[in-house]
Order: sequence, then structure tokens, then C-alpha cells
Amino acid sequence: MDLRRYPGFLAVTIACLVILYAPLIVVTIYSFNGSTSITTWGGFSWRWYADVFTGPEAPRFKAAAWNSLTIALIAATTATAIATAAALAMVRGGRFRGKQATFALINLPLMVPEIVIAVATLIFFATIGLTTGYLTIVIAHITFCIPFAYLPIAARMQGIEAHYEQAARDLYATRWQAFRLILLPLMVPGIISGYLLAFIISLDDFIITNFVKGAGMETLPTAIFGSVKQGIKPNIMAISTIMLALSALIVTLSYFINRSGQKARA
Amino acid sequence: MAGPVAGKGSAAGADYRGIVGPLLLPTWVVIGIFLVIPVGLMATYSFLTKEFRGGVIWDFTLAAYDQFFLNRGLFGDEPPSIEWTYLGIFWRSIWQAGVATLICLIVGFPTAWFIATRPERTRPIWLFLITIPYWVNLLIRTVSLKFLIRENGPLNEALMGIGLIDTPLPLVNTNLAVQLGLFYSYLPFMVLPIYAAVERYNFALTEAAHDLYASRWVTLREIVIPAVKPGIVAGCILVFVPSLGAFLAPDLLGGAKTFMIGSLIDEQFKGSQGNWPFGAAAAMILMTLVMLVLILYARAAARSEAR
Amino acid sequence: MKKLILSSTALALLAGAAHAEGKLSVYHWFEYIPQELVDKFTAETGIEVTIDTYDSNEAMLASLKAGKMGQYDVAVPGDYMVEIMAGEGLLDSFAPADLPNFGNIAPQWLDVPFDPGRKSSIPYQWGSTAFSVNRDVYQGDINTLAMIFDPPEELRGKINVLDSQGEVLALASIYMGIPQCNTDREQLKALNDMLINAKQHWASFGSDTAKDVLVSGDAAAGMIYNGFSAKARAEGANVEYAYPKEGFVVWMDNVVLLKDAPNRDNALKFMNFLLDPENAAAVTNYAAYTAGVTGVEPFLDDAIKNSPENNPPADAPAGSFIAVCDEETQKLYDAIWTNLKK
Repeated sequence: MDLRRYPGFLAVTIACLVILYAPLIVVTIYSFNGSTSITTWGGFSWRWYADVFTGPEAPRFKAAAWNSLTIALIAATTATAIATAAALAMVRGGRFRGKQATFALINLPLMVPEIVIAVATLIFFATIGLTTGYLTIVIAHITFCIPFAYLPIAARMQGIEAHYEQAARDLYATRWQAFRLILLPLMVPGIISGYLLAFIISLDDFIITNFVKGAGMETLPTAIFGSVKQGIKPNIMAISTIMLALSALIVTLSYFINRSGQKARA
Repeated sequence: MAGPVAGKGSAAGADYRGIVGPLLLPTWVVIGIFLVIPVGLMATYSFLTKEFRGGVIWDFTLAAYDQFFLNRGLFGDEPPSIEWTYLGIFWRSIWQAGVATLICLIVGFPTAWFIATRPERTRPIWLFLITIPYWVNLLIRTVSLKFLIRENGPLNEALMGIGLIDTPLPLVNTNLAVQLGLFYSYLPFMVLPIYAAVERYNFALTEAAHDLYASRWVTLREIVIPAVKPGIVAGCILVFVPSLGAFLAPDLLGGAKTFMIGSLIDEQFKGSQGNWPFGAAAAMILMTLVMLVLILYARAAARSEAR
Repeated sequence: MKKLILSSTALALLAGAAHAEGKLSVYHWFEYIPQELVDKFTAETGIEVTIDTYDSNEAMLASLKAGKMGQYDVAVPGDYMVEIMAGEGLLDSFAPADLPNFGNIAPQWLDVPFDPGRKSSIPYQWGSTAFSVNRDVYQGDINTLAMIFDPPEELRGKINVLDSQGEVLALASIYMGIPQCNTDREQLKALNDMLINAKQHWASFGSDTAKDVLVSGDAAAGMIYNGFSAKARAEGANVEYAYPKEGFVVWMDNVVLLKDAPNRDNALKFMNFLLDPENAAAVTNYAAYTAGVTGVEPFLDDAIKNSPENNPPADAPAGSFIAVCDEETQKLYDAIWTNLKK
């Protein structure tokens, strides 16, 4: 008898995946819609994919997708690094003055409504004379990504007993070696979780980006929200489907790279 | 068991105790400069006089807080009584966010558990499977969800097709749809932190409990959940707090017939009312509420740890 | 070190934003100008155009007031927003002689209430806001605002109204026959009560979704802009756009010259370009509204030219713009709106 198994947990997981993916099936189907509607079917067509790649708006969508992806990468990576260091101090740093204040500080981006961060940050950037553009978006994204990376990493770190590292230190490992060789590998699931959350929260952000972006700067969410004014067309569905395919491709690739890496080691 | 705030006061900490400052410096600098200063500015704005159509005039006043808490009638000349409008909006938002968090927990915990008990090699794949849908913009996901649960949409047709219901369920423009939308918006924010905690869970504990004739469910309640509590708490924070300020799901799925905290504050900055001090005041009240709950929790966690 | 990099990047960004020759920075709605037209402008003048987008008049005003002034040359606000922006001192003015095509502006749009004499704006597109009804659901006479505010049995519980204070309160005032920016207490109380009573028959508030709920059938009637309704019809919804007998709202989007424009001359060239009938028609063919320029007819698509949404019946009353109230009056309308949505 496998004690890890709970009856029903598999069913819930499957239900969870069905709920997550069902709306995306709608997105994919309607990206092939022959008409301009996202609610009535007008026959199968590739026209919206052609529109995305060669249409008059194609360069803008391409730039928007590129901006979104690179900003999400930079913001998630930086935020995860900052959050990991913070988690080390908060979970392994013992008691110190200002600990609760620091905890509040880390979670502050979660607590302030996005529109308030958006307006306040824009006023701040304008006051210090920073012209809005790519850099301001990146700064803002790093800031609000920190708690999303921090919470899973800290939660994970609390489950790791310190005696592994102590054993390493007893064997004359330096603090850095003990961290790199013992603690870091144990923290990986927390770091992956935090990184993924930071990545998707950055990729999805509209409200703050909309305020701190500058002329000519567009991210996918700002492009998508902007187009709503004229009614969502299936070209947005096509872009979404391409993003899905891209993410699925990355996952598949990383799976195979991972597997061949393990084979090579075996 | 320790909460996310509380460190282990044991020798475990010794290694990083001396370098707490440098480790926290980036956090302090980034959030301190790019969030605390702007938010401090907003806190100040909440005490200033509103400039017509957005902006502020530098005259200190409590008008924004007065508007929030006191009702002076449609024309502003009746004797003040308690203003229930905004408190009601807050209460409604808290309720919706709470229900959504609960649904996320009920679905998210088993899912996280299931993923954490897969072979180590396939776990990242499962994590990606949970996050891939979030590569599609929230707006598009919400619009598609609405399409699915429409009165003559696929869900109702399927349910009627298998004979479960006779007439379509009116889901769109209900509270249930809003909760479903919030759940759908934030599910991974519950699953991933719990996964990170469960993955580290020591199954020897479960075996020991089993040897002592504890049933699976008793073990889950008495041993597992306390052990992975930091993950559960982190997940609840990450779902509940953003849900409070969300307005896309309430607007699109709930019909926007009533303000939620998010849409109320949004309207003060982007709507025709343009009342920045009031928007700032509402945000400060919300922030204080959430902060209070978090600090109370952190206190309780620290106390239970000290015991 | 980090700070040093930061500030030097900031300097570089500032330098980049400085007005180079041959540039133009436009603050515009998303997908409201065909890219082909922008390319044509660049080909004709050699001016490189960057477009930044916003999603509502109010969001544009908020971000300009929060610090984006001086970054853009022109913006495209709606009628009432032109007046507000002028009042806020955000607009620059020009002389008719600066625009050789100034004479192309249709006479009725020359002396508009929100910018008398067109000192800092030119017409972009205009249309009306009323409502549409699904003819499969309701077959009776629809040319009255009672369809929304006191709906017949068939439509109750199936109505979408715009999630926009200005349009809802203006249409409600028109329905009750009371002026906008009213300060009469009894009339405002009546307006408030009428709206609260009407709300029980409404299914949802939504502006961006106004078209989709009609096409999908989620709503059987809905407040909507005329061009949006035309699109709903084109997507297969059996909807008819009403020109209610009590009146309706007219709106107009305008290209304005912003104060502190880094490329003022190029901005004027761009505005002049948009007043050319062929170019104005290109926008109309794209957005399905109506240009405010004379001589566009030969360049219009037939579907646009003959659409019932763009051609009110002969007996339709005149529409009215949303009025811009003073601060004290606006407060009352804000209270009514909050009351409606609490």
C-alpha cells in the first residue's frame, strides 16, 4: 500500500487540468475562425495567422511579443535572485531588528492595488526625470514580482533542516560551498515555483505596464487590452495560440534536454 | 510550525546570521525606492484636496476619509451617518476573494500533492502544465471562460446532453461566476507554493503514523497539513490578496453591476470622477487591513514557534 | 555602480526622446488608425511615426497628468475630453493657416461646443451612442429610450448598459427630458430613482463587451456605439440600431495638438494629412464610423456609406454631446453613479 496516495487526488488533478485548459481550447478553435467574431463560427481559416505574421500590424505584434518575453525573463530572473537572498536572511538569519518590517516590505507590492502602484510609480518616475520606456517597465516589474518569487521560496526553505549544511560545514566546507552544494539544490523546487509565478505575473501585467510604458513601447497585454475597444478579433486568439505553442515547445525541449542530460550521466 | 516570517531561532540560523544585511539589501533598495516612496506619496495624497478631474491640490484635509466613512446624503448637506456604501463594497470583495481562495485550496492542495509524489524527473513537467495556460493573457482567458459557461454555451449544452439538467444554468453575471473566474485567475499561485512545501515533506512521518494505526485522513489532518502549512499560507496569501483588488473577473463574469474594491479604486484614477485622494484613501484602508491581518498572523506564528 | 548604470541609462533614454528631426509621437487608441495610412504618411513626408496607445480617455488624461506631458505631439481625445484637456492647459493651439486642408473640415464640425472655432483640435471620427435590440427577441417599435430604462417584458433581465458614467447618465437625462449638468434637486432625485428602478432589469454593465454580448446572445438589447453595432450585425447578430425619439448621444474623437509637443511642425503636418478626404476616408473604412471632413464620399466603401447605423432616418431627432459640468455639479452626478453601482 502506497501511503503517498490519497483516493480522489488524481481525479482532482485531472479536473484541475481540464478546467485550466478548457478555455484554451476555445481560444485555439476560434483562432481558426473564418469570420471576425469570437463568438460565432464562420468556417475554418488560416487568415488570422496570416494577419499576425504578415498583416499591417505584424511588426507591432512581433515587437510586443518580444518585449513581453524579454521583460518577463529579466524581471523574473532578477526578482528570483533578490527573493532568494531575502529568503535566506528571513528564514536562516535568526532574529534581527526590523524583521517584521522587512516581511511587510517584501509583501507590500501584493497589498497595494495595481492602479495605485501604476499612478504612483509614474508620478515618481516623472519627478526624478526618468523617461518612461523599456527600463521603467523592467524596474516596475522586478518590484512587483518579488513577493511572488519570495513566498514559495521561503515556504520551501522552512522545510529544509539545517543539519545537512552543518554536516558540510563540519567537514570544512565554506559557507558559500555549503550553500551552493547543499542548500541550493534542496531549494530548487521552491526556486522553480517562484520563478514560474514571477514570470507569468510579469507576462500578464497590464495595469502597471500601461502607465509606465513610453511612446512606441507595447507589450502583449497592452496591445490586447487596447484592441478590445474595437472588439476582440480572432487575431488576438491566434497570437494567444502561438504563445501557447511556444510555451509548450519550450517545455518539451527542456524535457528532452533534461532526459538526455540524465542519460549522459547514467 | 513556523510561518513565512519567522525564522528558526536555532543554531540553523548561525550560518547566515552575520550577513542578513547584505542579503536583504537588494530587497530594501528595490522595494524601498521604487515602491515605498511612490506608496508614501499616495499615502500623502489621501490627505490632500482633490483637484477636479484628477490630480491633487496641496491643501491638507480629511475629506477623502470623510467620504469613505460618513454619509452626508446625495447632496452632501444631511447630518452625517455611517456610510455603508464603501464598507459594503469592501465586505463583498473580501467575501468573494475568500470563497475563491477556499476553492483554490480545495482543488490546489490535492493537485500539488499529486505532483509532488510523481517521479522526480517528471515533476517540472507537471509544474509547467499548470503554468502554460498563463502564457495566454488574463483577459483572453476570462473571455473564453465566459464563452464556456454562457447560457447557450458548451458547458450547459454538455450538461443538458447527458441529462444532468433540463434548463441551462444561468451562470454568467452571478457571484458564482466571479468566484470561478477568480479561482481560474489565481490557481497556480496556490498550487506552486504548496508543491514547494509538500515536495520536502518527510514521508517517514506518514509511515510512523500509519504504524500507529492512524487512518490516511487522520494522518493528513494531524501530520501532513501542519508540516506543509508554510506552503498553504503562502498560497492563500498569493491568491487572496490579489483577488481582493481584481476587477477583470468581476467585471466580465459578474456583469459589473456593483463596484468591487478594484473597480472602485480604478474608477477614481481612470474614471470620469477623477478623485485621486479618495482612490488613494481607499487603497490605504485596504492596505492597512491586509497588513494588519498579515502582521497578526506573523505574531501568532512567532509565538507558536517560541513555545 | 548600479545607480551609475541606472542614471546613465536614464540620460540615454532622455536623449533618445529628445526631438530629432523627422519624428512624430502619437498618443492614440489601439487599432484606431490603419497601419497602411501611417506608412503612407511616412512615405510622403519622411517623418518617422511612433504610436503609443491608451484604452480610455480618462486613462490618457491620468497618465498625461501624472507625468507624460512633453512626450507626445498629438493625442486623440473624445469631445468632452478636448474641453477638459483645454481647461487643464494641456493643449496647444494653431492658426487655420497652419493647416492648408483646414477648409476641408465639414462646416457643422467647425464651431463645436468643446473647441469653438477649432483652435487646437481637428475632427477625427464621429458617431452616436444609443442602443441596439435583437429583433428575434423583440419585434415592436424600438425607437424610444424606454427600451433601456423601462424595458418591455421580453427584454427584461437581458440588457447590457455601457459601463461608463458619462454615457449612461446622459442618456438617462435625455430619456427623462431633463438637461445635463442639472442642479435641480427634485429632478436629480427622480433621475437617481429612475436609474435604480431600471437597474433591476439590467443583466450587466460592459463597454468593451458591448458588441460581444449582442452577438453571443447573452444580451437581447444593449447600449452601444453605432459603428460597434454595425460590426455586431456584420458578425451575424440580428440587431437593429435605434435612433430613439427622445434623442441620443453624439460623440466625436478629435486630433489635438498637445502642449510642449517635441515635434510641433510634424504634428501639424500629420493633422493636415488626416484632413485630406482620401486619408480621412481610409480611417472611416477601417473604423466604420464617420469622418468629419467633406469630400470623403468617393473614397468610402459601399458597406460603410450605406450602413443603417451611419444613416439616421429622416425623422430622427438631433443628438447631443455629453456636457462637461463644473466641479460642484459633477459631484452630484458622481454620487448618483456610485449610488447606482454600490
